[in-house]
Amino acid sequence: MIETVEITEAEKKARKSRSVAIAVALAVLVGAFYAITVLKLGSAVLNRPL
Amino acid sequence: MAFIDTQQAETGNGYARVSSATPRDFYELLKPRVMQLVVFTALVGLVIAPGTVNPLIGAISIIAIAIGAGASGALNMWYDADIDRIMGRTKSRPIPSGRVAEGDVLAFGIVLSVLSVVTLGLASNWVAGAWLAFTIFFYAVVYSAWLKRSTPQNIVIGGAAGAFPPIIGWAVVTGEWISLEGFILFLIIFLWTPPHFWALALMKTEEYGAAKIPMMPNVVGAEKTKTQIFWYSVALALACVAPFFAGFAGWAYLAVASALGGLFAFRAWQLKLTPGEGRALQGPAVKLFLFSLWYLFALFAALLAETILLRVLG
Repeated sequence: MIETVEITEAEKKARKSRSVAIAVALAVLVGAFYAITVLKLGSAVLNRPL
Repeated sequence: MAFIDTQQAETGNGYARVSSATPRDFYELLKPRVMQLVVFTALVGLVIAPGTVNPLIGAISIIAIAIGAGASGALNMWYDADIDRIMGRTKSRPIPSGRVAEGDVLAFGIVLSVLSVVTLGLASNWVAGAWLAFTIFFYAVVYSAWLKRSTPQNIVIGGAAGAFPPIIGWAVVTGEWISLEGFILFLIIFLWTPPHFWALALMKTEEYGAAKIPMMPNVVGAEKTKTQIFWYSVALALACVAPFFAGFAGWAYLAVASALGGLFAFRAWQLKLTPGEGRALQGPAVKLFLFSLWYLFALFAALLAETILLRVLG
């Protein structure tokens, strides 16, 4: 049997804020890696076997 | 309603619960005030280094160094959770106060460590990445897990972890493992750490004693600690003028460093002349502790400002 638990409003709010923070962190990381790629490789980013 | 892993979420009282930790609690695990110092000293290392770096790459590198420092702070809090519960100064931290589970902190610290090292390595170079990895290892393992509870030299040797950031900043630009300039900046922070921490430890001997941490005042007593603080301050004052004689700082920096170094040694001397221990030392110890914080920022700010000004003026 799967065990479940009712979570409180405070726990729901905290979970939502953690999810938003993780989403923001991931978006920043994606942006950072995009910038690193473009800045390090420049136009050579396209110079690869397709 | 939520499905939960009762084995992981089980609390001490037998009830399962979902975490109510907020992002702010996780931010607190990064030791933001220590991060400020790390960011600033790494930035100085990066700016004074010969050569140039793309500003965005530089910014990403500094952020990666900051996150790496924060990760080591989280790992330190995970390892020290048992003694943090005992000390008044630390018992409101996220783990002892019950806001974040220990396992979550460990995972958080490891994930951020890997991410920060990989990001720094890719953004700048792997010498800088390796230095950051070593710094995290040194703080989390060598200092936190080994030295802190075993020797009164804990913060002397462990202080190296806080002294590495300028070397990392330098490596971001040059790709060099070590340089004279980086070593001098390392030495300044390394010599600054004992008087800074022992000024605090002099006021907290009871707490450190209760937690069984062999801080210098607990092991050799207040008098010998005050003497050591003074001699470290003299050594620090001498090290602080070294950038001028090594040729990477000018007269303005020399003037600021001499004045600040003299003042630091004077405050340490005042502390040494104050008789007694514990609360009797509170006045001069607090003054020295607060001054030491301001001192390091001011010293590195002087070096940074002078370097930028001289470059702008050509």
